[in-house]
Amino acid sequence: MALLEVEHLRVEFETRRGNLIAIDDVSLAIEEGEVLGVVGESGAGKSITGMAIIGLLEPPGRVTGGEIRLAGRRIDNLAYDSMRRIRGKEIGAIFQDPLTSLNPLYGVGRQLAETIMAHTDASPTAARARAIQLLGEVGIPAPERRIDAYPHEFSGGMRQRVVIALALAVNPRLIIADEPTTALDVSIQAQIIQLLKGLCREHGTAIMLITHDMGVIAETADRVAVMYAGRIAEVGPVRDVVKSAKHPYTKGLMGSIPIMGREVERLSQIDGSMPRLNAIPTGCAFNPRCPDGMARCGVERPDLMATGGPNRAACWLYAPLGVAVHG
Amino acid sequence: MLAYVIQRLLQAVGVMLAVGLIAFAMFNYIGDPVNNMVGQEASQADRAELRQQLGLNAPFPMQFARFVANALSGDFGMSLRMQRPVAHLIAERLPATLELVFASAILALAFGVPLGVFTGIKRHSWVSRVILTVSLVGVSLPTFVIGILLIYVFAVLLGMLPSFGRGEVVKLGWWSTGLLTKAGWLAIVMPAITLSLFQTTLILRLVRAEMLEVMRTDFIKFARARGLPERAINFGHALKNTLVPVITIVGLNIGGLIAFSIITETVFQWPGLGALFIQAVQFADVPVMAAYLVLVAAMFVLVNLAVDLLYYLVDPRLRGERAVAGGGH
Repeated sequence: MALLEVEHLRVEFETRRGNLIAIDDVSLAIEEGEVLGVVGESGAGKSITGMAIIGLLEPPGRVTGGEIRLAGRRIDNLAYDSMRRIRGKEIGAIFQDPLTSLNPLYGVGRQLAETIMAHTDASPTAARARAIQLLGEVGIPAPERRIDAYPHEFSGGMRQRVVIALALAVNPRLIIADEPTTALDVSIQAQIIQLLKGLCREHGTAIMLITHDMGVIAETADRVAVMYAGRIAEVGPVRDVVKSAKHPYTKGLMGSIPIMGREVERLSQIDGSMPRLNAIPTGCAFNPRCPDGMARCGVERPDLMATGGPNRAACWLYAPLGVAVHG
Repeated sequence: MLAYVIQRLLQAVGVMLAVGLIAFAMFNYIGDPVNNMVGQEASQADRAELRQQLGLNAPFPMQFARFVANALSGDFGMSLRMQRPVAHLIAERLPATLELVFASAILALAFGVPLGVFTGIKRHSWVSRVILTVSLVGVSLPTFVIGILLIYVFAVLLGMLPSFGRGEVVKLGWWSTGLLTKAGWLAIVMPAITLSLFQTTLILRLVRAEMLEVMRTDFIKFARARGLPERAINFGHALKNTLVPVITIVGLNIGGLIAFSIITETVFQWPGLGALFIQAVQFADVPVMAAYLVLVAAMFVLVNLAVDLLYYLVDPRLRGERAVAGGGH
């Protein structure tokens, strides 16, 4: 049994002009200690999937179908307070902007200690000692002196380290990292990713790494799920998705990334843009932009299916190879 | 910290000197003080002598310096109307006004803040809608209407509370307090509610708006993702971040209440400063007006000083910048 199983997840936003389907029939699984990269353009539903998993979808968004299970236990239908006990303790989260993720009026030590005490029986003294230890682990120099400093006294990269310490404070089994380095300086992005990956490997923590940066994914992830218009287009081991993409959308995505040392006349691009939520085409959502489109694509929606390699893709090109498979 | 306090104190002294100058100018522009002191039949020589005695022939800066020195020792001269030292008149009236203002400020905070937090968090609940609708009454009804309504219901119809005055007061040195007797407590209820209603509404709406703003921030989302209990998020992380604007408004309003509790004092015949000031204006009682002006300015300055110090305690970012600014120079 995988650590996290998401099955047929559907998230809708209720609006005055009807319900928008932001996530439609998304299934994915993360094994214990595994790094799953989730890529896609903005608006593809990556972040919403993450927020749905930790139960923090903002109204009017809500889960309207499917199941989310953590270590076999269903968590998408829990009462607010039961879910609160899972957040931070079982599933940690890191958000995009380290500058605004910390409360400006509380010292970092206090924020760490309150997180530790919310989930364990630690005394204030023990929580503080653990907080100092955590700051050391994420690479803050002289943590015993910095423990009472306020967020504004740290640089952006240091703040993101504090955020990582907060997410790892009580050793969760899964971290959902939503664009954890996008707001940071390019020069420290790699450091932060290495730190996150290293710490999670030490603690055996699984990561769901949400990003639009294929470079980060290629270096960090074990497996990748490519999202398009609220659905999963392709999923597979990172090598196979990068080197031998199967779904036409993934192929386009990979073709548009510059790679050092490879001679290319010019980078290719995918014509058109991702459809808006209120105008998702019938059949395959990618079909109007697809270079390999067939008659069937505009009518019938493809499920993820075997492609002959380790990847599975939601594309009718692979229909003859077998029956559609779920999960 | 010390540098910050000293800087604020210097500013306060500057403001007080400016107000003192305006108050002093009133003596020279609103009538001739010599005319006010001697009768119609005094001779030109008598006037000149008095003028010399009073030091009115001294250069303007000298006169102003004497005015400031006197004011600092609490001497604002004699009231023209009452023929008593202004300082005594004010000392008699000040406790009544201050007790009323602080009672109503405490009421306003005690109701405004929790209701603001509640309506900010449960903004779709019908209870919040009822609170917000009722609170509109607080802003839209004029003070005197509320006062008269309260008097009609609780004093006339029900006979539960006295309709005017401070009740029984006890002297503590020069301070007379109504808060040590039952009659005094009963007497302050209605004026305090009347005066606090507008403030309560203002604080409620301000806290609510700030809460709505803060609840959308990333650090609240992240606090949720860390699994902190709701209470710690709402009353710790969120409320504390609404405090700076709330402290500002409450501070300004306390100053305003002291200066302008006139209507409430009139409706309830509350023997406070407001009533004293109104009478002074009617009789062009310049020394009383001047002293009142200086006193109100001093209150504003004091409250603002307290507000600045509170900022300092609430927001570490200010401390940081000040410390850098203070240490760097």
